[in-house]
This record gives sequence, structure tokens and C-alpha cells, in this order.
Amino acid sequence: MSSLPDIAPQPARLVWQPAAVVAITRETPRVKIFRLKPADWHGFTAGQHVDVRLTAPDGYQAERSYSIGSAPDGSGEIELVIDLIDEGEVSPFFHEVVEIGDEIEIRGPIGGHFIWRAEDGGPLLLIAGGSGLVPLMSVLRYRAQAAPEIPAALIYSARRREDLIWCGELLRRAAEDPNFSLFATLSRETAPTEGIRHGRIDRALVDAALESLPAPPKTTFLCGSNPFVSAASTFALDAGIPFASIKAERYGG
Amino acid sequence: MATRGFIGKRPTDGVGDRLPPGQYLTEDFPVLSAGPTPRVGLAEWRFTLKDGVRPVMSWDWEAFNRLPQSKLTRDIHCVTKWSKFNTAWSGVMVDDILAEAGIAAPSEWTLAHAYDGYTTNVPTEDLVGGKAMVATHFEGKPLIADHGGPARLLVPHLYFWKSAKWVNGLQFTRRDEAGFWELRGYHMRGDPWREQRFTGD
Ligand SMILES: Cc1cc2nc3c(=O)[nH]c(=O)nc-3n(C[C@H](O)[C@H](O)[C@H](O)COP(=O)(O)OP(=O)(O)OC[C@H]3O[C@@H](n4cnc5c(N)ncnc54)[C@H](O)[C@@H]3O)c2cc1C
Repeated sequence: MSSLPDIAPQPARLVWQPAAVVAITRETPRVKIFRLKPADWHGFTAGQHVDVRLTAPDGYQAERSYSIGSAPDGSGEIELVIDLIDEGEVSPFFHEVVEIGDEIEIRGPIGGHFIWRAEDGGPLLLIAGGSGLVPLMSVLRYRAQAAPEIPAALIYSARRREDLIWCGELLRRAAEDPNFSLFATLSRETAPTEGIRHGRIDRALVDAALESLPAPPKTTFLCGSNPFVSAASTFALDAGIPFASIKAERYGG
Repeated sequence: MATRGFIGKRPTDGVGDRLPPGQYLTEDFPVLSAGPTPRVGLAEWRFTLKDGVRPVMSWDWEAFNRLPQSKLTRDIHCVTKWSKFNTAWSGVMVDDILAEAGIAAPSEWTLAHAYDGYTTNVPTEDLVGGKAMVATHFEGKPLIADHGGPARLLVPHLYFWKSAKWVNGLQFTRRDEAGFWELRGYHMRGDPWREQRFTGD
């Protein structure tokens, strides 16, 4: 339905393909954004991820999944947002080794459940912990272009102020978009910050986000680490959000 | 295609051979599901065996736990890339459920149903012959809700989405009917050793 050119479902067959790294941005002390140009890309749906496969000279391979943070925008490029896990295998490789001009093997887009299209409607409640923001940011950016009249609220929990991904953009969107409310909270920081709360996500925060919406959410999206998603889903259910309207994506960890 | 500069962290000896392609070993037990964890009380718990739309037999929690108890210790492999070795389960083998119901599997295809509305299709031959159980205990303790308790299907040789959490029934079907993830692009069988993650793999 959309005016955007490249909304696409998961293809019938997912084939590995090279993607060129066209830009790298340091977003926070622990998060880098990698802009990729896949060789053969036909678009995606907000919320989807790609699989990444790294191959060593002797053939040894490692695979991981990364959500797409950019909106489906017809550019033929996608942004992956990678949080550094110190002891990890793949995220430190991205942070320490990958450079502009490298080719990385990917396949995708993947996902037919944790996705949102404008025709799916709203209101939307989005709840993100840490890098769980990534697919929900794709939803928010796409919504702002394709269906800005659909009400949305985002609860976003990070450890410290410096760990907030896309903080400036989120605060700007919250200020400019009358149909979008931001509930950002910092679990490990006490210094007061304009527009940002403190403490872990709790029932009161979910209630506040629900009150900001003109009607109960049609769909609630939860994304983040296992413990975060488990906690958030308990608060969402306790706040009366129907079970069947909640979609969750868990990153492990 | 070799990736510039990638060496990787090799699994230690004895681990690599037990890891299907694209998987890595974890010591944790991550939780995976498409939604929140449903709250299922033992008083209302039921497990129903169906042949098509016809119920063959149904058990409440007490009756189900009187069925013969078995143990399975197996490696498990999640399609999100983690594998976990030597997971120890106990519960009721699908073979014993069928024996108690007095039937042989009436079709080649089975659809597992769960309390959260989740379904997953499994070829019947992957469920019988000592391969699969309805697990009620993990490492000697009652299975917690986040991991599928009170009871989950356990089909350890297939990707773990086939091991439906919060299972409440097995239904034999005439055709291979796609379940929840299978309708959304995941593989109809899901053999990790053939890396059957998605349709077409
Ligand atoms: C559908 C999906 C989408 C994802 N999208 C993103 C994304 O957009 N951005 C992103 O950064 N990651 C994302 N992830 C997580 C990502 O796939 C990797 O798991 C992550 O980058 C760690 O990989 P690694 O090789 O660096 O660490 P590994 O070598 O896999 O792990 C090393 C150690 O760190 C632990 N660990 C793994 N992940 C975490 C974690 N998140 N927090 C704390 N400890 C952890 C492991 O248990 C292990 O003990 C996604 C995962 C899934 C399933």
C-alpha cells in the first residue's frame, strides 16, 4: 500500500550474498552503525533482520542475526547497529576489524512475525531494552514517513545516558511529532537529564506510556535481551495488554 | 567467500563436531518465543491427542504424570544460532502417549499445538521411535514457564522451534500443514545438520 518503494516480505528462498560496507558510524561508546549495500536487494519490512556469515581463510564460519535499523527507504542500503559484547566472537570483529569497502556476507530480509506495515495500523506500543531498539527504530522511522497519523509510544531503557542509541533523533521526533511519545529511562545513571527518566522499566512506566496513547495499542512490540523481554512482558500483561497483541524478539544474553 | 581479517574463535576440541553448521555453543539457556510467557495453571492443564478434528484421548495433569516416565539427555540447537549440549529432560515419550491411547500413528504428519496459540508441524517419524517426548522436567526440576512449563514438546534432533513450549496437544493431519513459524518462512522439517532454517534451505 505504501508510497515507499521497497517494502518486501521474506523472499521464498534466502540466498547468501555479498554486501559492501559503505559507511561506519560510532553511535555510542559500545555501538557502531554499519551501512551496507547488498549486491541484490529488493527491500524489506520494518522489524526484519538479516543473517550475517563470516568465513575464515580455512573455511571456518560464524553466523549471527542483526536487525535492520534503517527504514525501508528505497536506497538499496540497510543499517546494522552492533552492540559490542566484550567476550563475543562476531560483534568485536565488527567493532575492531571491519572497514569501509569490506564485503560481508548476508542473507535476508528475514522475519514474518516481528514486523510492521502501515496497513497493520495502530496505536503502537514499542518497548526496547539496549540494542533491542534497532528493529523498533526501523518501525518508528518508517511510520513517520508512511503513516505519521498512527499514534505510537516508545519505552526505551538503556544503562547510561551515553548508551542511548539515536538519542538526538528520538528526542527530536518526540518534540516534533504530536502522535509520538518517548519514555526513555536509564537504569544505571542518576544525573538528571532533560526528557529522560531514571530507573528500570516498571509497571508505572508502562501505564504512563499507555496513557499517552489515545486508545489501547493494537500491537505491542518488545525487543531486547532475554531478561529484559521477560520483565517487560510481565509488566505489559499486568497492565492489561492482551496476550495475543504482544510480539517479542529476544536477542540472547 | 573469505571475510577479510576474520579468524574467529574456534570451538575447543570435541565441541566443533557436535555443532551443526552456523551454530555456536552457549552455557546459558536463552529463552525464545514469539510473545510473552503464558500463565498456565496445573488445575486447568490438559493434553489432547487428535486425529484430524477427532479427539482420540485427553489427559489432565495428574493422569498425564501417571504415564510411563522417561529421560532424554541431548544437545539442542536453536535457529537463532545457539546450541546447548547435554540438556537433561524427563517426561513422557510420544511413543508411550500413543500406546496409552491405543493407536499407531495414523498419518505421516503431525501438528503440535500450544497454550499461546503457537503451532508447529513435525513429520510423525521425527516424533516416534524413541526420538521425542512431552517434557515436564528439566535437569530434575519441574519445567519453568519461561522454558515452556508445565510441559513442552521435545524433538531434540530438529531446530528447537519444533519443540513447542506450553504444548497442549498433538494432532495428526492428512497433509503437512505449516505451523506458526513455518507459515512465516521457516523450514517444514528443520534439520540443523542440513541447516534447514528457512523455506528453500
Ligand atoms: C533476531 C535477532 C536480531 C538481533 N539483532 C541485533 C542487533 O540489531 N544488534 C545487536 O547488537 N545484536 C543483535 N542480536 C544479537 C546478535 O545476533 C549476537 O548474539 C550478538 O552480537 C553477540 O554475538 P557475539 O558473536 O559478539 O557474541 P557471542 O560469541 O555469541 O557471545 C559471547 C558471550 O556473550 C553472551 N552474550 C551474547 N549476546 C549477548 C547480549 N546481547 N548481551 C549480553 N551477553 C550476551 C553469550 O551468552 C556468550 O556468553 C540479534 C539477535 C537475534 C536473534
